[in-house]
Amino acid sequence: MLVLIGIVIIIAGFLLRFNPLLVIMASALATGLAAGLDVTAIIAAFGKAFNDTRYVSIVWIVLPVIGLLEAYGLQQHARSLIDRMKGATLGRLLTSYLILRQAMAAVGLTSVAGHPQTVRPLVAPMAEAAAEAANPALTDDQREEVKAFAAATDNVGLFFGEDIFLAIGSILLMKGLLETYGYVIEPLHLSLWAIPTAIAAFLIHAFRLRRLERRMKSRGAGA
Amino acid sequence: MITLGFVYVLAGLAFALFAILGIADRTNPKRFGNAAFWGLLALSMLGGDRLGDFGNGLLVLALVAIAGAGQIGRAPGGDVAPDVQAARAAAHGHFLLLVALIIPAVALAGTFLFKYVPGLADPKQATLISLGIGVLIALGVGMARLKPPLLLPAQQGRRLLDAVGWAAILPQMLASLGAVFALAGVGEVVGTLIGSAIPQGSLFGAVLAFGLGMAFFTMVMGNAFAAFPVMMAAVGLPLLIKHYHGDPAVVAAIGMLAGFCGTLMTPMAANFNLVPAALLDLKNPYGVIKAQIGTALPLLTVNIVFLWLFAF
Repeated sequence: MLVLIGIVIIIAGFLLRFNPLLVIMASALATGLAAGLDVTAIIAAFGKAFNDTRYVSIVWIVLPVIGLLEAYGLQQHARSLIDRMKGATLGRLLTSYLILRQAMAAVGLTSVAGHPQTVRPLVAPMAEAAAEAANPALTDDQREEVKAFAAATDNVGLFFGEDIFLAIGSILLMKGLLETYGYVIEPLHLSLWAIPTAIAAFLIHAFRLRRLERRMKSRGAGA
Repeated sequence: MITLGFVYVLAGLAFALFAILGIADRTNPKRFGNAAFWGLLALSMLGGDRLGDFGNGLLVLALVAIAGAGQIGRAPGGDVAPDVQAARAAAHGHFLLLVALIIPAVALAGTFLFKYVPGLADPKQATLISLGIGVLIALGVGMARLKPPLLLPAQQGRRLLDAVGWAAILPQMLASLGAVFALAGVGEVVGTLIGSAIPQGSLFGAVLAFGLGMAFFTMVMGNAFAAFPVMMAAVGLPLLIKHYHGDPAVVAAIGMLAGFCGTLMTPMAANFNLVPAALLDLKNPYGVIKAQIGTALPLLTVNIVFLWLFAF
């Protein structure tokens, strides 16, 4: 039971808004000590895992390209494209991105799009422009909500598309674990069962995007 | 053959450049902290495999000390004026879009090429390697046509990264915390607790506990991969599969997706929820989570119902 101290530290740390890196380190140390490990062993275990997971942080290499393009007006161009497209409403734009992201993830192309490479330079400014086209009096809070929904749409598309792909990490993890219990299951069988949820995720999120679009319009009309 | 090592070198050089440019930026009151932080990350990318486990651990402690002491910050201003950006956008608009699309296009093409033409690059890391190559091509094409000052991409890239700040390594930190939790057996304890909370003899109760447990434990760990083995061992295997004869494929597949609903609702899934908020300059760091809860909760309900309908 004592090892749960780490979870308590994490939750308390986030609630009290301490620097998350400090909270994580404190949690790791407390958990390790509670489990009877010595401090050097905990630091080494953390260091090994940090080194093994470096691939998570290589996505930042796209920033020089994004920075260059933004300095030359990429975000403005993305916005002007939306202004020129008559039918491109906020809901339709984000729903199209949702289905595109789901479809790409479903064929294993999870790292092709993402927050640094597509959401910040393209999807978020386009969504903002589409919201603005419908309601020129968009407030700062509404802009913030539109941008948050652009990021959310990327996540929903990724999560509920990727498990349809056979060779994704989570499918391999499930297959491996079930095998240790003596159940040999084809990856295809697991990925097929991801399809009903993928459809439900699309329907629910697309519905919420439509409501977002209406909400952005109606508040402006009332003001 | 190209391996992930190539991308680590690329990332290491980029972080090293960010550190050097950072220290030269006198408008940033925290330039030394920033430079040390990105410099250590450059060291991790370039030499992490030679530092040893304890050495890497000390490196992480130094990163945490810099961030924890509040020594990371961004310089005010430095944005290209909006009217200049607008004029440039009018001149180069479609070209900019084309260059932006080079990265995903190369990532896409490379993924297929490296998978089906063996020997060129490590097929297991095809997309990440292609992403690195795509960045180089996009940078080359953009520089050739736009002819910006040589260091402009690095300077602008550094400013974007400074805006993200210490959150840039949060995902990697949380993944490492997961490793320590695994070592300490945290999962088994949580699994036993959730397992003991299930009402006896109720199939739906067991399904509910499994689905909610996956979502809850994923929220705590920030990762459905960490929750899955624990919840399968505590509830999925003994109750749903063995006792109630559920289809293992359905239990596993839909259980994992219930966990993904938890990922949408937790700051612990930093790279999906906190990092984009920083990247998009949102005032509320939890803005993305707020936008996702309305999708995650109904979808979690749907998953639990699907599990109940399809597995038995």
